[in-house]
Amino acid sequence: MKVTIDEDKCCGAGSCVLLAPEVFDQREDDGIVILLDAEPGEDRHAVVREAAAVCPGAAIAVSE
Amino acid sequence: MSVNEQVLNYPIPSDAPLDPPEEWARLRGECPVAHVKLPSGDSARLLTRYDDVKQVLADPRFTRQLTAPDAARLSADGGGVFNSDVAQIIPDSGEEHQHWRRLVGKWFTAKRMAALRPQMARIADGLIDDMVKSGAPADLKAGLGFPLPVYVICDMLGVPAEDREKFSYWSDTLLNLTRYGKDEIEAAQAAFFQYMSDHLAAKREQPGEDLLSELIAAGGPEEGGLNDLQILVTGMALLVAGHETTANMIGKMVSMLLADRTRWERLLADPSLIRTTVEETLRLDANSGFGLPRYLPVEAEIGGETLPKGTTVICSMAAANRDDSAFEAASEMDLTRSPNPHLAFGSGAHSCLGQSLARTELQVVLEVLLRRLPTLELAVPAAEMERVEGLAVGGLRTVPVRW
Repeated sequence: MKVTIDEDKCCGAGSCVLLAPEVFDQREDDGIVILLDAEPGEDRHAVVREAAAVCPGAAIAVSE
Repeated sequence: MSVNEQVLNYPIPSDAPLDPPEEWARLRGECPVAHVKLPSGDSARLLTRYDDVKQVLADPRFTRQLTAPDAARLSADGGGVFNSDVAQIIPDSGEEHQHWRRLVGKWFTAKRMAALRPQMARIADGLIDDMVKSGAPADLKAGLGFPLPVYVICDMLGVPAEDREKFSYWSDTLLNLTRYGKDEIEAAQAAFFQYMSDHLAAKREQPGEDLLSELIAAGGPEEGGLNDLQILVTGMALLVAGHETTANMIGKMVSMLLADRTRWERLLADPSLIRTTVEETLRLDANSGFGLPRYLPVEAEIGGETLPKGTTVICSMAAANRDDSAFEAASEMDLTRSPNPHLAFGSGAHSCLGQSLARTELQVVLEVLLRRLPTLELAVPAAEMERVEGLAVGGLRTVPVRW
């Protein structure tokens, strides 16, 4: 699995971080998404797919 | 509009406190861009399909400029939060909006909210102690649902929680679309404005570690911060937003779970379902309020119809969240549903800034309630509970419980 993010689309809602704090974080100074792990392990695939599906800005893309 | 086409009064009344009006399913199926008449008498178009609502909320052509001369007024007196001039002080679109959003948004990151969990749990425990001391039956809304989010947002903004009665009244006058007259709304807004202005003056003298002090410390627009009026309106907006929304949702969430007590029992047996349960109650909240209005300064197409310039559109996220084309068995409550891309917090660049705060509060309240009051049940039949009428944000009048 390969994860990419689009900072311009990110609205800083933080739903990805609530779901998968090992994969996503937010910048301290503006709340924009930081990708911590672009190729997360299999045990995290489901939760990363969920984060992409519920992102309000559609800022997370997952390719498998 | 054809002569046969019915114009619905909006909001659509519903007799059942927790269930949706029957019209939603018909509108989604047959009339996804319906003609509606608002409490003001003005006309608007109502969207009820998931794809349409999601598209409009993220589409910059559908603006929040409800103060435009030909935009529909929502309430009879033209007041209310969406038509207010005050609402226009926070930049509404484009880069300026993004700048505001990022300045304020950093206070609502998931990490910051997670760090507030122990404090939220302590507050919830204390409020439940008081409920237990007074004995059953109790009103869960007054005892827990309302005070918890108010304490949390007051603390974040550095405003004294003792003044919560005032905030509660001010926020009600701003969010209620039918209950108050124009004079009363204006007087309340003026008093709220004065209060926040005095509060900010005090923070300038003696800064704290709160959000408003930090916004002041960030400097004016030339230093990359906000101007004084923007800080003031931001404070008012956050106080109101942090007030009625989650406060009402706690009561509705608990009622939905207790209305069929097998749901509560399932959570007692498996608290790992708390997170997905919170999302599912947000999705199925049939009483979420007015929906989000948008104004079209240009012609645009939605749901197969071309809407003329000057149209006001109302997005019913609650109706969209029950659209079978977006959710399997959409009308069923599935405590394990995942992913659950509901629109309760909106979508796109304007989606709820405080959604991590709301989610965390709802999760913590549910955790603490399950632990402290496992025998919790509704003290009246669910069908007998009453909705609060006229609010931009929907809620129940009281949530009578025993344990």
